[in-house]
Formats: sequence, structure tokens, C-alpha cells
Amino acid sequence: MRQQPKTSNQKLETIMNHSITHTEHRDDLGAKMGMWLFIFTELLLFGGLFIVYAVYRSQYPDDFQIAATQLNTFIGTLNTIILLVSSMTVAMSITALQKGNKKLTIYLLGITILFAIIFLVNKYFEWGAKFHHHLYPGSELMLTLKRGELLFFSLYYFMTGLHALHIVVGMVILIVVLLKVKSGKINNTDFVLLENGGLYWHLVDLIWIFLFPLLYLIT
Amino acid sequence: MEYSAIENSYFKIGNKHKGLLGWLTSTDHKRIGLMYMYAIISFFFIGGILGGVMRTELARPGQDFLSAQTYNAVFTVHGVIMIFLVVIPGLAAVFGNLFMPIMIGARDVSFPKLNLFSFYIYMLGAVLAVISLFIGKGAPDTGWTFYAPYSTQSGTNVIAAVLAAFVLGFSSILTGLNFIVTIHRLRAPGMTWFKMPLFPWSLYATAWIQLLATPIVGITLLMLVAERLFKIGFFDPNLGGDPILFQHLFWIYSHPAVYVMILPAMGVITEIIPTFAKRKVYGYKAIALSSVAIAAVGYLVWGHHMYTAGMSGTARWVFSFLTFIVAVPSAIKVFNWISTMYKGSISLEPPFYFAMAFIFNFMIGGLTGLILGSLATNIHVHDTSFVVAHFHYIVFGGMGFAFLAALHYWFPKIYGRMYNHKMANWSCVIIFIGFTTLYFPLFIIGLQGMPRRYFDYLPQFQTGHFISTIGAFILGLGFLLIFINLVRSAKKGKITTSNPWGGLTLEWQIPSPPTVENFEEIPVITEGPYEYK
Repeated sequence: MRQQPKTSNQKLETIMNHSITHTEHRDDLGAKMGMWLFIFTELLLFGGLFIVYAVYRSQYPDDFQIAATQLNTFIGTLNTIILLVSSMTVAMSITALQKGNKKLTIYLLGITILFAIIFLVNKYFEWGAKFHHHLYPGSELMLTLKRGELLFFSLYYFMTGLHALHIVVGMVILIVVLLKVKSGKINNTDFVLLENGGLYWHLVDLIWIFLFPLLYLIT
Repeated sequence: MEYSAIENSYFKIGNKHKGLLGWLTSTDHKRIGLMYMYAIISFFFIGGILGGVMRTELARPGQDFLSAQTYNAVFTVHGVIMIFLVVIPGLAAVFGNLFMPIMIGARDVSFPKLNLFSFYIYMLGAVLAVISLFIGKGAPDTGWTFYAPYSTQSGTNVIAAVLAAFVLGFSSILTGLNFIVTIHRLRAPGMTWFKMPLFPWSLYATAWIQLLATPIVGITLLMLVAERLFKIGFFDPNLGGDPILFQHLFWIYSHPAVYVMILPAMGVITEIIPTFAKRKVYGYKAIALSSVAIAAVGYLVWGHHMYTAGMSGTARWVFSFLTFIVAVPSAIKVFNWISTMYKGSISLEPPFYFAMAFIFNFMIGGLTGLILGSLATNIHVHDTSFVVAHFHYIVFGGMGFAFLAALHYWFPKIYGRMYNHKMANWSCVIIFIGFTTLYFPLFIIGLQGMPRRYFDYLPQFQTGHFISTIGAFILGLGFLLIFINLVRSAKKGKITTSNPWGGLTLEWQIPSPPTVENFEEIPVITEGPYEYK
């Protein structure tokens, strides 16, 4: 982690009039540390789901095998590529801002958000097709499936649904960041918010990297 | 110190808003801490009244004034309120917010806005918990543990209560995150890790548990909600699920949560004892590191809640072994507190009495925990009122008494006024007697076979239950006394000096109550926190 020049908290300037309000202090390293800790908690949140997946996969290996073949590997692969590229564009936007190229930063962030939307559209069609076949949590068809298959599809909806929710949150964060870059609040001397937004987006990507093989590829 | 200290303090001067709005929008850690305190004390009284209702019902065998269903709802809501709204945030959110930044020589936490945000998340969770009582088909009746498969089938408001627990967990995570970054980044110059006071140390260990354990229960509770809504079958055996899996996932968080409650309590006691014994704390590093050890090992003992639920023999003895290991750092702390008092010049003030009551209760709670933690004896007392007594000795006798100790210790710093010492001492005695009368008989009837969570019982348990109910009323009287004393003193108490106890940690070196920015100039630390001469 790199530390920005003006950040040392330990040398907070003496506050002249301490009776008015809190003076905002700046601590980029602290801000990034907070983000990393938050990312740990997110990983643990999904960690609970991975445990449940592992338990039931070992209990019902055959059902999981069969159920997994029902997923659309093409859309899954496409979405993986989309997320990987969007992770690249968000990383590039940080470099662009560091080099002082505000226009390119906004451009790259816009592309990232666009990728996020495409991901969600794909997800919509993928889920929609399953709904069309009456394969959704709580449906009558689901309850007639074998137990392992029911659990697989339930986990599929739960895990990808929670992940999609994280995509939406990530999108909102990136939109806020984009607006702040536009207004100049995030600039090439103060861009920890952009970095944190990028970190969050990488997390969303990382979780998908695990979901994709677990759900789509092990068949 | 004169009245002017109160005029210039964080009480009177806030942000650009005035009055109540100035409090509700304040990012000042002290104001947030006080708001937590008022909220938590209010919920404590609600939970306490529910507990009193239960005890009254149990005074005689048979049904008196609660139906079995109502009784189930009352103990569930008592548990949910006390655990998730009172003791888990408890010391960390109140006294951690109020004093941790000051004790490490900082002007605020690292993320003040996030701090205020966590408070509002806490309030949102509280509202959800309260809503669960009134809407739909009645208050939840699953017990605070929400064990599947009953929680997936019960017709009551389980979803609202579970979501409340989920939301409160989120608040807990954000507070923990904030404290970790604050302790890493904002310690005053010269304050190395081993020159940091021990209350912040305990909060640091606590914060890691909050951060690393809470997400697991978060996802588990979400799965439970999904299961109820969509008949998914994660935990319902009729649908291929596994109820034991729920218990594992639940206790992976909820056992470490007990350390979230007790570690800051130990931190408070570690502050109080050197101040009143006027002696350097014995074994500073051992106390600091034992907090971390408790946090680390405490993460791996959850299985001891499930000895009778169905686990492999290997898993059972491993969990039992680790449970005994975690007793070691706890005992280290007790020995160190006692050694600190040895040859000290002890001044017997109210906070010290509360701290002594803590140590006494905590030892009983801890040692009975070993009876529950060993495999053979556990079979005998599992799910009896012995467990209830043990748990309340740790959480109420431990964390609750530490909260009272902290309240009496830091009261003059918070309000700039002193309470009536004589009344405080008497309330401590009454509370201690009430507490012991209430919970000790539960050990005995538990050993004799009284199951927990039953609203009716065999006649042979009546004596124990009756004594216990008397204790509940004595306890209530004690709390009333404390309440009167402190509320009156907060407004009209004698104005006190900045350091009435002669403490050496940083919070005693600034005016009472503190100014908005805590320190005019950030202090430079050259020696350890407890260098009494």
C-alpha cells in the first residue's frame, strides 16, 4: 500500500478553534485499511455459503452433478469475461487518474458501469429462462426434484442472487465515484475513494471467480 | 474544576445544529457513545421486565398468568433483546465509543460518519426487533437461538426477529471495523502497542471477533429467511437439509459473541483495579495478549454447545479440549487482577466494589463453564437451568456488573458530576445479593434435573424457583436505586474535579466532561499507562 504525502494523522494540525466542529482529517492508509477489513467480512459472508455448498455437495454428489448440467455455461462464461474485463477497466481508471487524465478516468468508469449493466442483463435472461421452465425457489416443480437437485438450485439462486445484489451495490458505488471525479472531489492528489471503489469491484469479481466453477463448470 | 467545564464540554457544544438535532446528527464519538448508552439502558429495562415476568410465572408450578405460548414468546424476546440489543453492543458501543479514542490520545475514531451510521443501523435493528412483537401472528417463540427446523416452521414472526439480528450484526461489524482502524492509525505519538491502556486492547481483540464472526451468522440468518420464504430446505430435514448444520453455523458466530460481551468487560475491570489499588497493573503484557488469545481460541470452541446434538467423538473431544484451553487466558486475567491488588493501597470506592463483585461472579461463571465444557458432565446438565445459571453468571454477573462498574467509574468523566457514594455502595450490595439469590438456586435445581425453557415444573423444584424469584425482585430494587442515584446526580450531582479517582490513563488528564475535540494538543506518550509511584 502506498501512503499519500499529506496523510500523517499523528501530526494533526493544531486546531485553532476547537469549539466549533470536528475538523475533517485525512488518512488514506486508514481508509484503505477499513476497506480491506470490510472486504474480509464480505468474503466471510460468502464463506458461510461455500461451507453449505461443500457440505451438500459431498452429501449429494450425483444430484449436484446432474443439476449443474442444467445451467447455461455459455452465459456463465460470457459473464466471467465481462467481469474480468470490467475489473481491468476500473484498475485502468485509477492509473488514468493518477496520471491526471480526468476525462479518460470518467470514460473508463463509465465502461465499467456499462459492463455491470450487461452482466445484470445476462443474468436476467439466464434467470428468466429458468423461471420460464418453472424452476425457481418455491415453485412446485422445485419441490418435486430430488433433494440434492433442490439444494443445488436453491444454492444457485441464493449465491448468484446475493452476488447480483453486490453487483448492484458496486454499481452504485462506482456511479458515486464517477460523479465525484467529475466534480473534482476525487482528483489526482486525493483518490482514495476511487481506489476503495475499485477494491470493492475487484471483490465482486473475485467472488464470481469462485461461483463460476462451483456452479457451472463442475459437471 | 468549576461549572465552566460543563459549559465548554461536548454536552453544550456540538455541531451546527442545536438541541436534539445536534445530538442526532453528531459524529462526535462521545455523543454517539451516550446515545448508545441511553438506548441500551432502555432496552435493558425492557428485557429485564420480561425476565421478571418469567420469574414471576415460575414462582409456583403450573400456569399462573402466562400461557405456555406466551411464556415461549417472552423468553425468546427477552433473549433477543438482551443478547442482540444490550450485551453484544454493550460495553464496546457505549464505553468504547466514549473513551477508547480518548484513552489512545485521539480526537475521534477513524471514521466518525460511519460511527454515526452504525448507530442508526443499530436503531433500525432495534425497531425491527420491536416490530416483531406486534405484527402478524405474534412474537417469535423459537428461543433466541432460532434453531431449525422449528424456526423454519413456527407461524410466529421469526423473519422480523431474524432480520433484526442480521441488521444489528451489520452495526456490530462496522463498529468493530472502525475500532480496529482507529487503534491502528490514531494512537498518540509515542503510544506503542504495549503502552496502550488495556481497555483499548480488549476492544481491539473484541473488534476482530465482531469482524470475523458476525458475517457467518449474517449469512446463516439470511438462509433461514430464504428457507422460510421459499421452502428451500437448507436446514429442514424434510427437504433434505440438515438442522445440525444450522447449529454449527449459528454457534460459529454466537459462541465468539460471548467473548464480544465479556472481553470489554475484562478490559474495564483491568482499568479499575490499578486505579483504585494505586498500583501498576501486574503482568501488563500477559493481560493484553490474553485478550487476543481468548479471541483467537474462542473462535474455535463453538461445538461445545452441541455435544448432545450429534457430532463425531473426535469432534467432541477436540471442542472440549479447546474449551479448556480458552479457560487459561481467562484465568491469567483473574490472577493478574488479584496480584495487582497485592500490597496496593486500595481505596474502597463504588467502582471498586462493582469490580470485586465482577471477579467473584466471573469465577463462578467460569468454573461452572468448565463443568459444561467437559463431555461427561455436560450430558448430565445439558439444557438444564444449570446452563441458564452459568450463562447469566458470565453475561450478567460478568458483563452486567462490569457495565455498572464502568458506569460508576467513568460517570464523573461523562457528566462532570459525582453521584452519592453511600447510595452507590448500598445499591452494589443489594444488586449482588439479588443476583446471587436469583441465579445460584438455578445451579442447584439444574443439577437436580430442572430443564431450561420450561414454564411448568415438578413440585420438587419449587423451593429453588421460589427463592430465585425473590432474588429477581431484590435485583430490581437494586437497579431502581442505581437508576435514581445516577439520574439525579447527572443533573444535580456535586461538580467534580477532572480526576476524582487519581487515574493515570489519558481520559483523566482532560477536563470533566471532555471538550469537543478531547485534547487541545495531542499528547506525546513516554511511559506505560499504569506507572503509579
